[in-house]
Amino acid sequence: MRHEHIETNSALMLVLILLVISIGGLVEIVPLFYINETLEKVDGVRPYTPLEIRGRDIYVREGCYLCHSQQIRPFRDEWLRYGHYSLAAESQYDHPFQWGSKRTGPDLARLGGKYSDQWHVQHLKAPRSVVPQSIMPNYPWLLDNDLDYKDVGSRMRALRITGVPYSVTQAEYDANVQKYGQAIADQLDISKAQDSLLQQAREKNFDGLPDRITEMEALIAYLQVLGTMVDFTQYDEGYFVEFR
Amino acid sequence: MTDNTNTSQPSSGAVQTTGHAWDGDLQEYNNPLPRWWLWSFYGTVVFSIFYWFIYPSWPVGDTWIKGFGTVAYTTVDKATGKEQEKEVRWNTRALLLEELGNAANDPQRKQMLAKVEAADYEQIVKDPKMMEFVRSVGKGLFGDNCAACHGGGGQGVVGLYPNLTDDDWLWGSGIDKIHETLMQGRNGFMPAFGQVLKPEQLDDVAEYVLTLSDEALQSEAAERGKAIFQGQVGGCYYCHGADAKGLSALGSANLTDKIWTIANVPAQKTLEDKKAVIKNFVAKGVHNTRTMPAWKDRLSPTDIKLLAVYVRQLGGAQ
Repeated sequence: MRHEHIETNSALMLVLILLVISIGGLVEIVPLFYINETLEKVDGVRPYTPLEIRGRDIYVREGCYLCHSQQIRPFRDEWLRYGHYSLAAESQYDHPFQWGSKRTGPDLARLGGKYSDQWHVQHLKAPRSVVPQSIMPNYPWLLDNDLDYKDVGSRMRALRITGVPYSVTQAEYDANVQKYGQAIADQLDISKAQDSLLQQAREKNFDGLPDRITEMEALIAYLQVLGTMVDFTQYDEGYFVEFR
Repeated sequence: MTDNTNTSQPSSGAVQTTGHAWDGDLQEYNNPLPRWWLWSFYGTVVFSIFYWFIYPSWPVGDTWIKGFGTVAYTTVDKATGKEQEKEVRWNTRALLLEELGNAANDPQRKQMLAKVEAADYEQIVKDPKMMEFVRSVGKGLFGDNCAACHGGGGQGVVGLYPNLTDDDWLWGSGIDKIHETLMQGRNGFMPAFGQVLKPEQLDDVAEYVLTLSDEALQSEAAERGKAIFQGQVGGCYYCHGADAKGLSALGSANLTDKIWTIANVPAQKTLEDKKAVIKNFVAKGVHNTRTMPAWKDRLSPTDIKLLAVYVRQLGGAQ
């Protein structure tokens, strides 16, 4: 086929362009739907609770991912600083995942439990009051804004479509009880979403304000669960290598 | 027009055109890439073929090309506790284990870590070489894990996080106590007295507390405050002790040493302001605001050991 022929025939050129640029996608993306053996079989990874989902949404809304990654790579320096490298299984319920590619701030993949709730409140409100050299912006409105949780059920339904096992039917609920235990299964039940959110918020009181449920509450609930779901003491290190 | 365009181009005629013309006279110059560049490009294409086979690359069906490179690493089997030597196709996870396990990397560090692991606290503190190691490695560990609250140098934030450099220890000054703090975390607690004591009683207690550290002079109010502190009404002595020096088992503060960890007394200029900060704090109490997380699941036993010694020496003790 002559070059001139393609250039003077726009429909043909369009078809050929589509063919060429889809090669990369077809080769790199399509097989991922068939390769299940890279997903580590580990216990403990569960979907986020309603409060954590709202926190995650706020994380995305505030653009935290622009400065913070959530992916610890299997390198020695990252291992020493942040802890165990991230597993594929750990972000299987993240839609979209928050791996990120920019570390202006530190990686947050294993932030959960590292600092107290009180520290997070103080640090999000005024980062430099606890870390003088920080360049992170202040997020004071997180404490001012009451959390809007009316639509949390719809958010869970949307995630359910992508394959996150939030339950609607009794059978799904029972399956979750089997897999995660009753307490978590209740949290993953879409029909009880608002009550579950309120229950977790009142029980844990992440923001330190007992009579209010703020956006800070949800965000800290999310931050405190990051990277804590897998108990790495259960596994020997060679186990994770087998999935590569 | 045509003439003008021509004169702006090289007139030698050395540059050829691609040979086709659009709209009658629209032609394209043909400037081929330098030969060396083109051959380098072909070279990288050939190289990539070899590269695919050496490292994991193409997905094929429900698996992928695993490459020919191998990595050997040792891993401890959880069930039997035995070390196993394994060799797998090249991947970054195995590579990390190989690097972490390889004694040839950073031999001095490995050697010192083993030495620290084997030694008890007394031996570590007495050995200048080990202490030097503790100071250098501990600084990194402290920066990664502790500095967010306690500050880069361990200076803390008054009212929020204890200063670790002043040799004033809420939970006990021994390395074993610091070790305990690191392992299990701490949750500082003081009941709120706002409902129990009347405002004037709070005033009196604040006045008394200030006399303990010579911030206020003896007075009638202070005497009344002492009666509340030492008596059943306030019962402050339950936790802070009759001598007000605190009990490390409860994490209660020493009120006589002029070191203020929560109420920022030194920052206040007048006596009234000093009283006000103490009063406010006695009325509200401390509840879930002085929480230190537990580190036993996050850091290795050796790291916690190193940190305990590091933190102790921050406080001035060697």
